[in-house]
Amino acid sequence: MKCNKEMVELMHQYLDGDITRDDEQLLRSHLQSCEACQKHFQELKRTVALVTANLELKPSNDFTRNVMAQLPKEKKRMTAKRWMKLHPMLTAAAIFFILMFSGIFSAWNQDQQLSYPKGQNLIVENDTVIVPKDVVIEDDLEVKNANVKVEGEVKGDVILINGEHLSASAGKIAGEIKEVDQVFNWMWYKLKDLVESVFSLD
Amino acid sequence: MIEEKLKHNIKLVKKGDQTAFEDIVAYYQNKVFAICYRMIGDKQEAEDIAQEAFIRAYLNIQSFDENRKFSTWLYRIATNLTIDRIRKKKPDYYLDAEIKGTEGLNLYAQLPAEQALPEEEVESLEMQSYIQNEIMQLPAKYRSIIALRFLDELSLKEISEILEIPVGTVKTRIHRGREALRKRLRHV
Repeated sequence: MKCNKEMVELMHQYLDGDITRDDEQLLRSHLQSCEACQKHFQELKRTVALVTANLELKPSNDFTRNVMAQLPKEKKRMTAKRWMKLHPMLTAAAIFFILMFSGIFSAWNQDQQLSYPKGQNLIVENDTVIVPKDVVIEDDLEVKNANVKVEGEVKGDVILINGEHLSASAGKIAGEIKEVDQVFNWMWYKLKDLVESVFSLD
Repeated sequence: MIEEKLKHNIKLVKKGDQTAFEDIVAYYQNKVFAICYRMIGDKQEAEDIAQEAFIRAYLNIQSFDENRKFSTWLYRIATNLTIDRIRKKKPDYYLDAEIKGTEGLNLYAQLPAEQALPEEEVESLEMQSYIQNEIMQLPAKYRSIIALRFLDELSLKEISEILEIPVGTVKTRIHRGREALRKRLRHV
């Protein structure tokens, strides 16, 4: 069955795509005349087909997942970066909120000075703003960062920001007493105030 | 995977983006697994080694030269790991053993032709393990050549780069390996 080694060598060269044109011609004409070599060549081609046809040769389905699970933990910075790339809207919203809140908080924190309406004959003692007995305030009284003691009369509301109302038996407040000492309450109050001033009919 | 996309993914992995590596694993897993399996002959072991190959590739991605072919680099990691594993399992002489003379007709080769299996079963698992069994009869250095050659995508030069042996040696081993397999599989 063995024709000659040279021809078999040419067959292998042919199968590897590593054959010269002349040698290919030689091989072809020899195969046409030699049955034994033809058989040998068929067997080689079949072997290649059998070994190459490895469609079933697959790892388990969770191969990729297993590999990924075994990789060392990624740097946090990368995770954040990718997250931001994937969610640009959320990132923008987050940045917006950070800026907004930092603005509000710094406004809140800077606003630590005692303030009260001037020119209404109010007395300030330490941290307390006193409405004296014979003083009548026609409007709302807004006091920031101080306590309030009403001995006279307030016809409107008393709004206390960061302070409390020290009740005095003699005083009279026609409206409500609002104590605002939380940032959010303060914001809410400011907002309400703004809305009221925008929509107020008078 | 398109060459461009692969290059882009490798760049991302180099920068530390792990998810970009996932696509690479998904794309190459079958091939890397096939190489390992052809060489070691056991699915579970092949899967272990293939996983390790990908992990090594990830850890050493910085040393990968982007001007070279990624598949060649990856397959080299896989074959080296598999060869190490075979070394641990078997004594050295087995690795370097030559195929015995052309006359080596064995039990399978002597089976009568009417037991040949129909064509459709080539892809069946049974058939696969039968073929693999025949491949396992070859010495390891022929198995690595067979494994790479029959992925059917690598040039002789690439195989020589992966295994770090001269192209001439690659050719000789492919020829001998294929000849030996022909004898074992011709009755199929």
